[in-house]
Amino acid sequence: MEAVSDKHILDNQLTDWYFDNRDQLISSSSSVFNSLRPAAMESFRKLGIPDRSLENYKSTDIPKVFLSPLNRYIGQRKILFAVEDLFHCDIPELDTELILLVNGWFYENRPKLQVLPGGMIIGSMSEAAKQYPDLLKQHYSKYADYEKDGLVALNTAFAQDGTFIFVPRGAGNDRAIQIVNVLLSPEDLFVQHRNLVIVEDNATAKVVVCDHSLSAHHFLTNSVTEIYVGPNAHLDYFKLQNENNNSNQISTSFVHQERSSDAVFNTITLHGGLIRNNVFTRLNGEGASNQTLGLFLMDKTQHVDSYTFVDHAVPNCTSRQSFKGILDDQATGAFTGRILVRPQAQKTQAYQVNNNILLTNDARMSTKPQLEIYADDVKCSHGATVGQLDQNAIFYLQSRGISIREARLLLMYAFGHEILSKITVDPLRERLADLVDKRLRGELTRCNSCPLHCQETC
Amino acid sequence: MLNIRMLSIRNLKAAINGMEILKGINLEVNEGEVHAIMGPNGSGKSTLAAVLAGRDIFTVTGGEIFFDGKPLLGMAPEIRARSGIFLGFQYPVEIPGVSMVNFMRTAINEQRKYRELPEMSASDFLKLMRDKKALMEIDSALASRSVNEGFSGGEKKRNEIFQMAMLEPRLAILDETDSGLDIDALKTVAIGVNRLRRPDNAMIVITHYQRLLDYIVPDFVHVLSAGRIVRSGDKTLAYELEEKGYDWIKEENQE
Amino acid sequence: MNGDQDPIINQVTQREYKYGFITVLDNDALPKGLNEDIICQLSAKKDEPEWMLEIRLKAFRYWLTMKLPEWAHLKIPVIDYQDIIYYSAPKSKKPTGRFEDVDPELLKTFDKLGIPLDEQKHLSGFAVDAVMDSISVKTTFKESLADVGIIFSSFSDAVREHPDLIRKYMGSVVPYRDNFYAALNSAVFSDGSFVFIPKGVRCPMELSTYFRINAANTGQFERTLIVAEEGAYVSYLEGCTAPKRDKNQLHAAIVEIVAHTDAEVKYSTVQNWYPGDKNGKGGIYNFVTKRGICLGDRSKISWTQVETGSAVTWKYPSCILRGDSSVGEFYSVAVTNNHQQADTGTKMIHIGKNTHSTIVSKGISAGKGQNSYRGLVRVSKNAENARNYSQCDSLLLGDQCGAHTFPYIEVDNQSAIVEHEATTSKIGEDQIFYCNQRGIDTETAIGLIVNGYAREVLNKLPMEFAVEAQKLLQISLEGSIG
Repeated sequence: MEAVSDKHILDNQLTDWYFDNRDQLISSSSSVFNSLRPAAMESFRKLGIPDRSLENYKSTDIPKVFLSPLNRYIGQRKILFAVEDLFHCDIPELDTELILLVNGWFYENRPKLQVLPGGMIIGSMSEAAKQYPDLLKQHYSKYADYEKDGLVALNTAFAQDGTFIFVPRGAGNDRAIQIVNVLLSPEDLFVQHRNLVIVEDNATAKVVVCDHSLSAHHFLTNSVTEIYVGPNAHLDYFKLQNENNNSNQISTSFVHQERSSDAVFNTITLHGGLIRNNVFTRLNGEGASNQTLGLFLMDKTQHVDSYTFVDHAVPNCTSRQSFKGILDDQATGAFTGRILVRPQAQKTQAYQVNNNILLTNDARMSTKPQLEIYADDVKCSHGATVGQLDQNAIFYLQSRGISIREARLLLMYAFGHEILSKITVDPLRERLADLVDKRLRGELTRCNSCPLHCQETC
Repeated sequence: MLNIRMLSIRNLKAAINGMEILKGINLEVNEGEVHAIMGPNGSGKSTLAAVLAGRDIFTVTGGEIFFDGKPLLGMAPEIRARSGIFLGFQYPVEIPGVSMVNFMRTAINEQRKYRELPEMSASDFLKLMRDKKALMEIDSALASRSVNEGFSGGEKKRNEIFQMAMLEPRLAILDETDSGLDIDALKTVAIGVNRLRRPDNAMIVITHYQRLLDYIVPDFVHVLSAGRIVRSGDKTLAYELEEKGYDWIKEENQE
Repeated sequence: MNGDQDPIINQVTQREYKYGFITVLDNDALPKGLNEDIICQLSAKKDEPEWMLEIRLKAFRYWLTMKLPEWAHLKIPVIDYQDIIYYSAPKSKKPTGRFEDVDPELLKTFDKLGIPLDEQKHLSGFAVDAVMDSISVKTTFKESLADVGIIFSSFSDAVREHPDLIRKYMGSVVPYRDNFYAALNSAVFSDGSFVFIPKGVRCPMELSTYFRINAANTGQFERTLIVAEEGAYVSYLEGCTAPKRDKNQLHAAIVEIVAHTDAEVKYSTVQNWYPGDKNGKGGIYNFVTKRGICLGDRSKISWTQVETGSAVTWKYPSCILRGDSSVGEFYSVAVTNNHQQADTGTKMIHIGKNTHSTIVSKGISAGKGQNSYRGLVRVSKNAENARNYSQCDSLLLGDQCGAHTFPYIEVDNQSAIVEHEATTSKIGEDQIFYCNQRGIDTETAIGLIVNGYAREVLNKLPMEFAVEAQKLLQISLEGSIG
């Protein structure tokens, strides 16, 4: 009963926060954002912060992380550090177009919007809303449904800035676009950002998102990302989560795919406190194909909860989901994966696997793969396992002279290999493979900053 | 010829789930020798191989094993391997995601570390891989594949012999390497094995059928039945066995 | 779907429910509605002791505070619980348990259902408890089973004759607070079967209960309790049918199983309640709570179910694996055709060490049927070396049905190995073609393929039942092709 009233207080607090700051919010933002705020807030008042009474949030106590004392601000705060001195991505050959977000705000070490060769536009969401209101109106909040999820409603009610990526018709660039989300603050902080990725017809893009904390404070991020993949378009989207163990993160992404498009959404989670990742995919045009992947390595008391929903709305689409987790110490994990095949979506192929390894008796995993199928000419399957490393494989390796420790590491590494191998940006893949190896060896355990670069910052 | 003793098995007994499989095995293997162990299904051939390699699902309930003068029992499987014992598996294990290169490089360097040798450089290692692949007539794409994953039966067995060539063991135990192979694949495997025969190593070839021994000619043949070596002889014993069948041994044993 | 298959579909959807006849009997019934007074009257009619009435009233009061479960993947119209008759018994002479005293109409009914109550005529190796509406009509072989110490009787008799056993075990596995329907059943249950197998006894014959709903507007609320003492073994079967009526009828049962050390209980169900007509009119709402507890070490409980009937099925036969090395099994074939809906599965709760569970579920959807598997595998913290393997397959026949899989896996022990696999597919065209090419027509081919698909489960049924179930599957689905 107590938790319910806590949630009540929390919902009221956030509602008050909105009404107390509404004028400031509206005066400082474009109409694209402002026009949806009242409806989003109304929806938030109905839904509130999701708690464990909701089937989809059973495994993770979201109100709890909202209830810890965090500073909340409407406007952008001055950063007391020179971020570029602290952060430079050290993957040697990773040649990317970089967008830096600091605490959810575009960091102005570059122009707010850049037009790249080939017509790609990248930069600040807030600026894009000013310069390209029509484009935003077409896509903003068209895929993220604030009427179904209180966290999305909250984000939409307060949306101000984030990253914007626009790849116009037929454009393509081999250089990946890298978004670095930095958390850096002299105090504990609540952060929200709203992101939009538009890949138009026949366009191609690779996006790398890195979440890092550069100070050891408590953070809570509630981010929403909408991704539109147009007809024949191709998108590779990689997300690396590597924040300190005091950082809690709720990240909700919506992937909307049109005819014959192809998208990969791959989340690698190395560190963090409590993490909830939602990925909603809608296959909205025939012949679309999607891969939604995830790998997480958790220890201590870390918690990661992955929720995926793949909606096969039309015929002839293919989706593959593969999520793998390794849990050490007292880490806990949850996976819910839902595949919906609508009545007209004949010739669907939808596959899903979730494999987990528990390394200790205190680690805990719950998994809920779900198939909901209303069309008959389909091939669908799902599988889930929770277990340990294969004893036969360990013995085989030992029999070749490999020590038991090394054998276990090799097998754990191999376990994660499938997910890593899907990363198409070579230097990133190699670096991540190395990071995963280090993580498994316990060499990354103390890091509360970005392991991609200098250690001297913490 | 100097007969340097490599392996001594003395009255070895082993059980699984409380059921005794090996009921007192005695066997001496010297450098340069090839021993064939034959026997009907369930006689304990594979158990013997597994116990020598240190598989812990079997409990050794009695006896001793000495390898190069050192007691083997109680030694971890990987230490046995680094000391020079190689087991060619009857059913090689698939390890998705672990590439052959990574697998072999780890194995070789672990062995070298154990022998207090420096790690092999990447280029030396790749050269070694190349040479051995050529020697074993192995498809060069193998190196980039995951260990045994998606390999055909023949490829798996060839891969075992390739690993043996890479690791250059003192004692190789080949557990039914011929099972599931057609005659051509069998010949290829046998040629590979024969190329690895040296005066300073030894082999134990476990097989159900005599035909492998046409290609890998043994110095000694032992017949295992119900957990004991019931007969030993030279290679002619294998032919005799082929002619008369295993019942002959069983009957004779009962008398 | 191509046009020339439509006649086949029509033929299937218009198939006759062959158990749909009504027996004309005078009924002794309580008025419609549910309140404490009705419960007192019901209890009085059954000559129950005071303590039983107490249990009923406690359950009823608790039920009033409960909310209807809504998590299942089912669309259920609102049920008016005041519009149901909670007690209806064929008005013949008071049941004496003697064959000669059973109303000939009733005998005819059960004869027609293929369940002769005359021990002379009965299938060898089977003992039957026949339940019509709210009461047990006849229990066969009661006396000869008693010779080896086995109690096999109607639940009402057991309440009077073995109060200590009933008080000890009833509600020990499914407490009345368990869920909405369990509370309702505990308040108004009418009859059912009681089985007690004493220490070390292997029950020499298959025990079975045949449930028949006959009267209109009547709910059936039976209760089954099976207790197997140390080292005992019993195989128990349950079959159900009901007449065709336009109005939906409610069936909310409870089955409890207790297996002590080294005991084994096999529980098989062939559920063929009236499924409603092709437009989804009528049919039974089947809301059942079935649960067994493996109390002792090395005990085993095995559930096998073939579910072809009912308009709506909501049931999850479960195993609590408390004893070390205890074993739980669940084998299920569930068919939904026309407008039928099923949300069924199991729970395997691993508590003891070295506990093993196996789940094999085969769903078949045709017409506009909706078929969901819902299952929980939980490995508790101290359940060292627990093993579970689950295989859930769905077969779709036709493009208007649905097949859904909702497994829940919760693992709290590192030494556990839990594996779940599920597939959904339509019936293989190449398989049908292969049969066609060998001269087998499509209808027969589908029957063959579906039976092959369900083989793993059908094989778990006792022989006579397996044959019956196989026929039932064929009738339910013949020709249904997508």
